[in-house]
Amino acid sequence: MSADPGAVRAGEGTRESTTHCPYCALQCATVLSGGHGDVAVRPSPDFPVNQGGLCQKGWTAPAVLGAPDRLLTPLVRGPDGELAPADWDHALDLIANRLAWLDSRHGPDAVAVFGGGGLTNEKAYTLGKFARVALGTSQIDYNGRFCMSSAAAAACEAFGLDRGLPFPVTDLAEADAVLLAGANPAETMPPLMRHLAWADLVVIDPRRTRTAERAALHLQPAPGTDLALALGLLHLAVTEGLADKEYIDARTTGFDAAWQSCVAWWPERVEQVTGVPAHDQRAAVRLLGGARRAYVLTGRGAEQHSKGADTVAAFINLALALGLPGTPGSGFGTLTGQGNGQGGREMGQKTDQLPGYRSLTDPADRAHVASVWGVDPASLPEPGRSAYELLDALGTPTGPKALLVFGSNPVVSAPRAAHITARLNALDLLVVADFVPSETAALADVVLPVAQWAEEEGTMTNLEGRVLRRRRHLRPPPEVRTDLEVLHALAVRLGQPAHRFPTRPRDVFDELRRASAGSRADYSGISYERLDAGEALHWPCPAENAGDDGRGGHPGTPRPFLDRFAHPDGRARFVAVDHRPAAQTPDTAFPLYGTTGRVLAQYQSGAQTRRVPELTAAAPEMVVEIHPDTARRLHLDDGRLAEVTSAHGTVRARVRTTRTLRPDTVFLPFHYPGAARANLITGDALDPRSRMPEFKVSAVRITPTGEGP
Amino acid sequence: MKTDVVVVGGGPAAHRLAARLVQYGHRGTVTVIGAEDNAPYNRALLGSVLDGTLSPGQLTLPALPSTVRLLTGTRVRTIDRARHTVRLDDGRELTYDVLVLATGARPRLPWVPGLVTARGQLADGVRTVRTATDCHPLPAGPVTVLGGGILGVESALRLRRAGHEVTLVHREHALMERYFDAGACAVLDDLLAERGVAVQLGRRATEFMPGKLVLDDGQVVAAGTLLLCTGVEPETAPARACELAVRDGVVVDDRLRTSDPHIHAIGDCAEHAGAVGATVTGAWEQADALARILTGTNRPFSPSPQVLRPRIADFDAVALTPASAKGIEEAEETISLMDRAGGRYAWLALRGGRIQRGVVIGPAVAAVGFLHERAAVLPEDRLALLTGSDGTYAEDGVLPDDAVVCHCNNVTHAALRQAWTGGAHDPAALARATRATTGCGSCTGVVRELCATLGSPPQAQGGAS
Repeated sequence: MSADPGAVRAGEGTRESTTHCPYCALQCATVLSGGHGDVAVRPSPDFPVNQGGLCQKGWTAPAVLGAPDRLLTPLVRGPDGELAPADWDHALDLIANRLAWLDSRHGPDAVAVFGGGGLTNEKAYTLGKFARVALGTSQIDYNGRFCMSSAAAAACEAFGLDRGLPFPVTDLAEADAVLLAGANPAETMPPLMRHLAWADLVVIDPRRTRTAERAALHLQPAPGTDLALALGLLHLAVTEGLADKEYIDARTTGFDAAWQSCVAWWPERVEQVTGVPAHDQRAAVRLLGGARRAYVLTGRGAEQHSKGADTVAAFINLALALGLPGTPGSGFGTLTGQGNGQGGREMGQKTDQLPGYRSLTDPADRAHVASVWGVDPASLPEPGRSAYELLDALGTPTGPKALLVFGSNPVVSAPRAAHITARLNALDLLVVADFVPSETAALADVVLPVAQWAEEEGTMTNLEGRVLRRRRHLRPPPEVRTDLEVLHALAVRLGQPAHRFPTRPRDVFDELRRASAGSRADYSGISYERLDAGEALHWPCPAENAGDDGRGGHPGTPRPFLDRFAHPDGRARFVAVDHRPAAQTPDTAFPLYGTTGRVLAQYQSGAQTRRVPELTAAAPEMVVEIHPDTARRLHLDDGRLAEVTSAHGTVRARVRTTRTLRPDTVFLPFHYPGAARANLITGDALDPRSRMPEFKVSAVRITPTGEGP
Repeated sequence: MKTDVVVVGGGPAAHRLAARLVQYGHRGTVTVIGAEDNAPYNRALLGSVLDGTLSPGQLTLPALPSTVRLLTGTRVRTIDRARHTVRLDDGRELTYDVLVLATGARPRLPWVPGLVTARGQLADGVRTVRTATDCHPLPAGPVTVLGGGILGVESALRLRRAGHEVTLVHREHALMERYFDAGACAVLDDLLAERGVAVQLGRRATEFMPGKLVLDDGQVVAAGTLLLCTGVEPETAPARACELAVRDGVVVDDRLRTSDPHIHAIGDCAEHAGAVGATVTGAWEQADALARILTGTNRPFSPSPQVLRPRIADFDAVALTPASAKGIEEAEETISLMDRAGGRYAWLALRGGRIQRGVVIGPAVAAVGFLHERAAVLPEDRLALLTGSDGTYAEDGVLPDDAVVCHCNNVTHAALRQAWTGGAHDPAALARATRATTGCGSCTGVVRELCATLGSPPQAQGGAS
C-alpha cells in the first residue's frame, strides 16, 4: 500500500487516507485519520463535488466501522434454529454443497443472486460474473432496480446511453434555472445544494421538502400525477413559443409524435388532474425556457412509479423541446441515489445486462464478455427475472430455492415487504453477506461477515459518471473477509479455476476494463494509477494511445452529448408517452395517498445509519407525516402512534402533523425495520418497461392505535 | 364475447373511446367514422389556432392503434336498427354489434340578417369556432365576437392578446351569466376593460354587413371578422332519423345507452341525467366510462362534479357545478371573498364541508377545483384556501433554543450558542465545533448573523423587544 498516494502517512493508525463517503451517489471526498476504534473523518476541501461539505451521515460514518453488533464471524443457523458462530470453511462448504445439490436437482436457476448499488465496481462486476459463470444462473438482479431503473430505461431510449448526469455537477452552479422533478437533494445529498445555490429552482414534489423551501417555484402535484404535469409543461413550452425549433430539427427525432401525445394536456386540464395551478405551470416553463442555461433533473419521486419510465421520458421530452440536453451549460440528468448506483448499473448485476451495459441478448456482446471470462458464449444464461419478480418467485415451485444477498436489505427496502419476507422465509437456503446484522441477515441460514468501506480498496462511479477510488484505511477485523474473497472461495468450491475470480480489486478492475472495452460504458482507459494520480475521469474512457497503466490516454468524457447523442444517428429521440393513473388511487376504503421517501439522517434501509447514535438521535423512529386537518378529522394526535394500512399491509408510525403537507397525502420514510417498515404498505405494481415498483403511491387509511406513546 | 363496435363521429370523444377500447382489451373490430377530412384532433384548442398560437395540424391527436379502422370525410346516411347496419354516404354498409353515436354538436347560428348567404353559407367574414376547417388565423383587423359565454370571452381575450381590436357583444346583461354570479362578473368586467376589449352587454345584433355589425340600439361596431360564439346544438339528426329518444340531446341512461340497447351515445350529442355535455373533458370522461362498460366493467357512468375552467392566459377562474342537476341540495354554509382590486373573488356553497357549487377567481382556483372534482372536504382554514396560502406565516423574532439551524448536521441554536460560549467565535470555528454550515451550506448566513448578535454588547441584543 506504500505506493498508494491516498495514504498520506504510512503505518496504520497514524496515516491519513483520502477516500469517499460510504453513502450516497454524490461520493463526497473525505480524509480518514486515526486507527481502530477512533477513526475520524473530515471532508476533503479540494474535491469539486462536495467542496469541503459533508452532511451528518458522512461526518458520523466511522461509527459504523465499530458498530457494537458488527458481524465478526460467519454465522450458521443450527438445528435449534438459531444463528451461531462458525468458521469460514464450514460456512463456505455448507453453502457450496447446498448450491451444488440444488443445481443438480433443479438446474442452475434454482439459485438466485441479489446485489446492491452500494457495492464497488469490482464487487458488482464479480458478482455478475459469479452468477453467470460459477452458478450459471439467469436469476440475478439488484436493488438498483428499485432505484435507477426507470431513469435508465428512459435515458437509454432517448439518448442511447444511461449516464445519470452527462455533465459534472459543478456545471449546475452556472445555471440560471434548474427544474428538480421529484428530487430532494437538500435532504438526500445536501452538499449538492452548494451547486444549486445560484439557480432559480423549480421543484416538483407533493411535499414541501427542504429543497422545495428553497425553490423559486414549488409545484405540488397530487402523488402519481407527475407525468400529466410533465406533459403539460411540454404543451406549454410549445404554445408559449419556447420550443427550440432549430435544436429540435438538428439534434432530435420524434418531436411530432411527442407533441401529439401532449396536445390533450393543456394547462387548465393538467391543473384539474394534478392540482398544480395553470399559472404556476406557465411560470415554470417561462423560467426554464427563458433561462440562458437550464437543467432538468429527475429523482426517485418521479421515477418510482408503475409509469416511472414514461414520466422520465416526458421530462426528457420537455428538456429536448427546450434544447437543453447536449448543449453547453444546459442539460438533462437524473440524480443517482446509492453510493455506486451509477457503476452498479453498468457492471452486469442487472438481470439483462453484462458489464459495460452490454446486453445479454446481443450475440456480439455475449461473445465479447465470454471471451474475457474465458467461457463459451453459449454457456451464458439468458436474462432472468427483475428484482421484484425475482423476490416474489423465491421458494415457489418454479422459482429459486436459494438466494445469495450482497449489499442489500430487501426485508426493509423491497416493496410489499411482508410478502417478500415470507418469500425469503420459504427458501431452502438464504445466504447474506453484510457487515452488520441487517433485517435480511436475521433471516439467513448463513451470514458472512464482510469488509466495509474504510476497510477495502476499489472504485466507485459517482452520479456524474466519474470514477473514484475507494481506499483502505483500516484492516478488516480478523475473521472478516472482503466480498471478492467470499466470491472467490465459493467459486473455487463450485469447481471454477482459482484465477478466474481474483481477489485483488486492482486485478478485477483490470479485467473489467477489458470487459467494458468498446462498450457504451467503456472503462478501458481508466486505471488505478491514473485515478491515484488525481485525474478526473468520467466514462466513456477508451484505451487509446495509452500505456498499460492508461497514462497519457483518453481524457474521459465529462459531457458525452455535446457533439452527438449515443444513438447510431447521433440524434436524441422524443418518446411519445401518455399519462395513466397509479395502480392504486384513493377510494372510500383507502381514502388517502401514502407516499414513501427519505429523511436526512437515515440512509436506505437504515441498516448502517440506525447504528449511529447521532443519527438515531436526529431521526429516532418511524413517523407518519399528515396534515393537521386530516389528523384532526381522523382523531389522530400529534406524537401518538397510528396504523397506516393499505391493501397490502399495515405499518405503525408516530403521527407528526405537518402543515405544509397536502391534506390528501401522508408521508412515510422507509428507513425503519419490523412493524415500522414503510414498505409494508407498498404494492406489487411494476413499470412495464423498467420493472420499477410503485413505491411513491399507495392508497391508505390511517387510524389511531388506541394505545399511548 | 367478440363485439364489433362502430362509432359515428370522429371527434375527441370518438378518438378517446377507440383508444380506450383497445387499451382495455376489447375483442372485436372498432370502426370510427368521421365526417371531417382530418384525423381526430383536439377541438378544445381551436382557439389557439384562431390567434395563431398553433396550426390546425398541431391539434391532431395521437394516431389510433392500428387495429382501429378510421374512416374520414364520410358521413353516416342511415342507421338500420333492425339489421344492425349503417350505410355511409359513399354507399358502403357496415354491420355493428354496438353502435356509438359521438356526433358532437354544431354551432347555433342566431337569426341575424346578412349572416348567411342565399346559398345557406356563412357570409364572408363570419366565422365559427367548431371545426379545424373553419378555424385558421383571422385576418388582421377588428373582430366582433358575438356571444359572451365561456367561448366568447376566451376568444375575445385571445384575439385581443393577438393584437386585434375586439368588441364583445352579449345579449344578456352579464358575461358568462350561466356560471358567474354578480361578484365574479364584476371582476371579469374589470379584466376585459383592463385588456382593452370593448363590451356591449344587453345587446342583440340586428344586421351584419361586410365589415360591421349593427346592434339593436343602432350602434354599429367594426367587424372585419364576426366570430359567432352563440352556443352549440347537439347533433341529433342521425338519432332522430332512426327514432331514438331525443330531447335536447340523445337521451342516455347510466350505461350511456340510448333507447335502443345496442346503441350508445357519448359527448356533446348525448343527454345524460338531463344535462347535455359542454366540455371535451366531460366527453372524455364518458368515452372512458363507455370503454369500460363495453369491455366488461359493468360499473355505471357517474359523472364527476363539473369544473369549468375558462382558458384565459394569466387569469384564473373556475365555475363549479354539481355532477348533475339532481345533486343540488340546500347549502349549509356559504363562503365569500371579494377583492375586486386584487382581482380575487370567491363564492362557495358548501354542504358537509364539500363544495356544492361556486365560482372562484384568483390563485385558489387550482386547489378549489381539485377538491370539488374529487368531492373532498375543504381544509378548515377556508381563508387560507381562498387566498392561496397555506395559512402559515414566517416566524419572526428570536430563534428558540431548540430551533435547528443546520439541518444537514442537526445543529440547534442552543448547540451553536454553547459552542460560542466554549470559545468558537467565528463561523469557521463554529463549523469546526458543531459542523454547522458544512452540509449544503445554506445556513451560513444565519450562523454569521448569530456570531454578530452574540458578539455584540448585551444591551443591543435586548434592544427593540
